[in-house]
Amino acid sequence: MTTVEEQLLPSTEPVRLIDQDGVPHDHPSYRLPTKDVLVDGYVELIKGRRINDQAGALVRQGRLAVYPSSHGQEACQVASSMVLRDGDWLFPTYRDTVSIVSRGVDPIETLTLLRGDWHSGYDPYDRKVAPQSTPLATQLTHAVGVAHAARLRGEDTVVMALCGDGATSEGDFHEALNFAAVFHAPVVFFIQNNEYAISVPLARQSVAPSLAHKGIGYGVPGERADGNDLAGLLAVLGHAVAKARAGGGPQLVEAHTYRVQAHTNADDAARYRPDDEVAPWLERDPIKRLETYLEQEELLDDAVRARAEKAAREVAEKLRDGLMPEPDVDPADLFAHLYSEQTPQLTEQAEFLRDELAREEA
Amino acid sequence: MTHVKISMAQALNQALRDAMKSDETVLMFGEDVGALGGVFRITDGLTAEFGEDRCFDTPLAESGIVGMAVGLAMNGMRPVVEMQFDAFGYPAFEQIVSHVAKMRNRTRGRVGLPMVIRMPYAGGIGGVEHHCDSSESYYAHTPGLTVVAPATVADAYTLLRKAIEFPDPVVFMEPKKLYWAKEEVDLTEDQPGIGTAVVRREGADATLIAYGPTVPVALEAAEVAAAEGRQLTVVDLRSIVPFDDETVCAAVRRTGRAVVVAEASGFASVSSEIVARVTERCFHSLAAPIRRVTGFDIPYPPPKLEKYQLPGVDRIVDAVDDLQWEDS
Repeated sequence: MTTVEEQLLPSTEPVRLIDQDGVPHDHPSYRLPTKDVLVDGYVELIKGRRINDQAGALVRQGRLAVYPSSHGQEACQVASSMVLRDGDWLFPTYRDTVSIVSRGVDPIETLTLLRGDWHSGYDPYDRKVAPQSTPLATQLTHAVGVAHAARLRGEDTVVMALCGDGATSEGDFHEALNFAAVFHAPVVFFIQNNEYAISVPLARQSVAPSLAHKGIGYGVPGERADGNDLAGLLAVLGHAVAKARAGGGPQLVEAHTYRVQAHTNADDAARYRPDDEVAPWLERDPIKRLETYLEQEELLDDAVRARAEKAAREVAEKLRDGLMPEPDVDPADLFAHLYSEQTPQLTEQAEFLRDELAREEA
Repeated sequence: MTHVKISMAQALNQALRDAMKSDETVLMFGEDVGALGGVFRITDGLTAEFGEDRCFDTPLAESGIVGMAVGLAMNGMRPVVEMQFDAFGYPAFEQIVSHVAKMRNRTRGRVGLPMVIRMPYAGGIGGVEHHCDSSESYYAHTPGLTVVAPATVADAYTLLRKAIEFPDPVVFMEPKKLYWAKEEVDLTEDQPGIGTAVVRREGADATLIAYGPTVPVALEAAEVAAAEGRQLTVVDLRSIVPFDDETVCAAVRRTGRAVVVAEASGFASVSSEIVARVTERCFHSLAAPIRRVTGFDIPYPPPKLEKYQLPGVDRIVDAVDDLQWEDS
């Protein structure tokens, strides 16, 4: 007989299956993913890192308005998509570009919002990825609604809802966990705890033993994983998804990771954290450790490296070619999608703008 | 079809029942809407008839209620949520403004949200603080929302049915003090849709423009004015967004004078918007500046003082008298 605490509280230490030196470790509850899955994950990590690098470069060239990088968090990004099936849903934030692309969404469409456009780019129904949420934690209750609708229809859909450590302070985080628990909704809440909400460190968000501990207050099982260990994340998130799919209700997973770069290109991290805080996290890089492990296991041959490099090169080329400095925009589109049927007032305003533009051209 | 005498609360209940019968994706949820049937009994009997999956109570958190409705609407359902009281809707304001109103636009029409936020609103019921706010201006100011306010029993039924069938989110303002007002109605009779104002009374001298709880007051004022020799037109907006400029402006052009009557505080409100747009469109037809009779710019007062806040017949008739009938 297990106690309620045992069922709901996370493990004392974050689950880690491959350590920062690439050494595998046995775990009483979680098993190392198969070799094929780890190799696929490696390819996705290399691609994800390249997306972050390329997007950063595009910001400097003025072709992207802003980019909140997930550099160093790629294992979280990749794992959150890899554990889902086609029919499942992903609810991402603005820092989850890599996760969205990993899910199969076109990278140019994924970066539409961050290039400063007025719309979300991709069709959310296409790959079942909700529009990236800029307000914090508000998308988590939407995830509960999507999951509840599926459950009412008897579908076995699971919804993966992403947020950061700062978002756990928002009211909607708590309402979402509580609603999901009360309605037994199949949602996996996945917190990427990267230690910072712009400049504010975790200690100012919460003094809970861990963010995964917050689940117990709602009757939601919590678990924590090393956020830079793809193997551990795939095991923990895969288990959470399977439990939710099997009718086990919502699950809460916290990944311990670190925001290696500033909040965005517009931020200056030197104002609030010393460089020597960052250094040890570079040693814990998610790609390096998996690479070491795969090399030791002789799973990283030239073919795999070539596959990873090709995937990375292709996505980077796509971004460079697709993100033109001056995107083609039609101002009339600003009025076109507010309502199924445009109101007479909006028609009038759209005509006003059109006439104004026509006069400028004449 | 025979006419029946029912209250607005009963008509709203019937609208929900009929909508849930005709479309199994319609869900009703909120605080106390299940076994209790809602604090105003608008959802009375729905859980018993349709089951816990169709009409249900939620945890007490309005942002969660509206956020969950967004997700349900994204995934094939037509949620109808109740905010219990106007001022209880404020915790959901971020969801309404940042997501409900914008989802369709930011996905270029791919994700529409067919959902209704039912908002029992306004005063005149002797309610304590936070129970009598007129919050329609916040929602009307937000692009992407449709805002409706019925004033009659027949409209309560028709507009709620049309709101539930509407492809976009509707904030449905229910005037609490009219919940118990009874009328002889034929619910099968089709009424004009969302976006259409209706002339409730014709008169050549001036136009009263009202919506929701102030429509019956305006009609009563028109009776009094008629006894004093002035014939007033009364326009019931029904729909605040979209706004029916055509019907409103036609009435003002016919009469040349107008008074806007609304319960909400006047500053930066629906009533000020009406004055601005009518003036912009009908300036040459106006014989006098448009007047407003609104709530004062104060928090809604306690029960013993609310009569001073509510637009009453005398204030409306006085405002009409003030419309510069003669040069002084």
